[in-house]
Amino acid sequence: MAMMELRDVTVTFEGHAAVEHVSMKIERGEYTVLLGRNGSGKTTLMRAMLGLVRPRSGQILLGDGLRRDHIGYMPQKTQAQRDFPASVEEVVRSGLINRMGLRMRYSAEEKARALETMRLLGIADLRKRAYPTLSGGQQQRVLLARALCAADGLLMLDEPAAALDPEATEGLYGVIRMLNRERGMAVVMISHDVRAAVRDADRVLVLDRDVRFNGTREAYGQWRKDHA
Amino acid sequence: MLETMLSYLQYSFMQRALIVGALVSLCAALLGVSLVLKRYSMIGDGLSHVGFCALSVAAAANLAPLAVAIPVVMAAAFALLRINERTRVKGDAAIAMFSTTAVAVGVIVISMTEGMGEVSDYMFGKMLFLTDSDVAISIALCAAVLAIFVFLYHRVFAITFDEPFARATGTRVGALNTLIAMLTAVTIVIGMRMMGTMLISSLIIFPPLTAMRVFGRFRDVAVGAGVVSVTCFLIGLLLSSYFERMPAGACVVAVNAAAFALFSAVGAALRRR
Repeated sequence: MAMMELRDVTVTFEGHAAVEHVSMKIERGEYTVLLGRNGSGKTTLMRAMLGLVRPRSGQILLGDGLRRDHIGYMPQKTQAQRDFPASVEEVVRSGLINRMGLRMRYSAEEKARALETMRLLGIADLRKRAYPTLSGGQQQRVLLARALCAADGLLMLDEPAAALDPEATEGLYGVIRMLNRERGMAVVMISHDVRAAVRDADRVLVLDRDVRFNGTREAYGQWRKDHA
Repeated sequence: MLETMLSYLQYSFMQRALIVGALVSLCAALLGVSLVLKRYSMIGDGLSHVGFCALSVAAAANLAPLAVAIPVVMAAAFALLRINERTRVKGDAAIAMFSTTAVAVGVIVISMTEGMGEVSDYMFGKMLFLTDSDVAISIALCAAVLAIFVFLYHRVFAITFDEPFARATGTRVGALNTLIAMLTAVTIVIGMRMMGTMLISSLIIFPPLTAMRVFGRFRDVAVGAGVVSVTCFLIGLLLSSYFERMPAGACVVAVNAAAFALFSAVGAALRRR
């Protein structure tokens, strides 16, 4: 079966239905973009997929050997992180805690995994730097590396390019595309950016409380023309 | 100066103050690193005011002060944590209402029983308040706090840096936050009797901020805050016993403020290089 399947899922946010009757599948290696204006329930839906909030109704099923705590999650940045005293290495390695069990320390293999991930994303030479001193684009790569350390085959990214300049945005999308195509990572990405969605995604989902569109990139192009 | 201090050490109240103060300073600093970075430092202030209320009621009712104050402040910590989680916007106002009400009740109870003269002992602390049970509890407290920072260090980092991520990757965030809040409650009740209601929250807030002026790694900040806190406490106690009329709590806070200024200067110099 699919890595994740949503069946008629409704999730509430502060007492109101934020998303209603969502059904979708996430297949191994597939790149899905969730589009929708602010307040359309994208983040709430992702939080439900991660098990952070319980849906009011419907089912979220995991398959294909996926463990919920092994999804690589990249939340939106928080205010507190702006001046947080942490080195790049400390942040990236914190993605490994879902593998630690009751151990106190990271094993040599885990540290190697973190280093390998930092190399892959081009931030290995920043690993001793303090996180707040990095540029916005570098910080997003650090959070992506942390998500990758936690991930077994599925990344969930909540507006990873928010507040980045165009160049850093392109760089980040390039890295995500590489992870998807070369490393076989399934990606679910929340975005406002229709262009990037149309270029990289296998599947596009448009939300506005309920699912307005769910289909391939090509079908989405046609749908947009029809609705223009 | 040292000789004066050492001569005081023959008194058992001074020995208790030294042990309890050093252990509480260490606990407050470590817990403070997580609380300050999560923007929860107001909780420390709120809890000390609730503690003041609980201690004054216990004294009026002739009950053992710690047996009353520790559970009450733990319950308050639990409630404040929920307020902070649920109602983001009004959280700080709710804490302020909570704590000023507690102070008002405490002052009314003390003025009706012991008389207003006693209020200043509660507000600014008194070493003679400390008993052997304070010593025992502070040793147990310190063991618990150190155990968390040693065994659950990476999880403490994860929930402090990014709660949603920590939760998504399987850390029991609610349980760990509650544990930290409970230990903060005990730290405050034990510490406030010596440091005073008005001053105890500085032990939670100053050392982490001081360490952050110089250190950029979480581990260095945690270790640095602990060392700074215990050192400042010892210097403060030394000063207060040398200049006999100075209360220990105020001296410790003044030394903490000086350390913050010193570390700020050192940090600025390091960054300029």
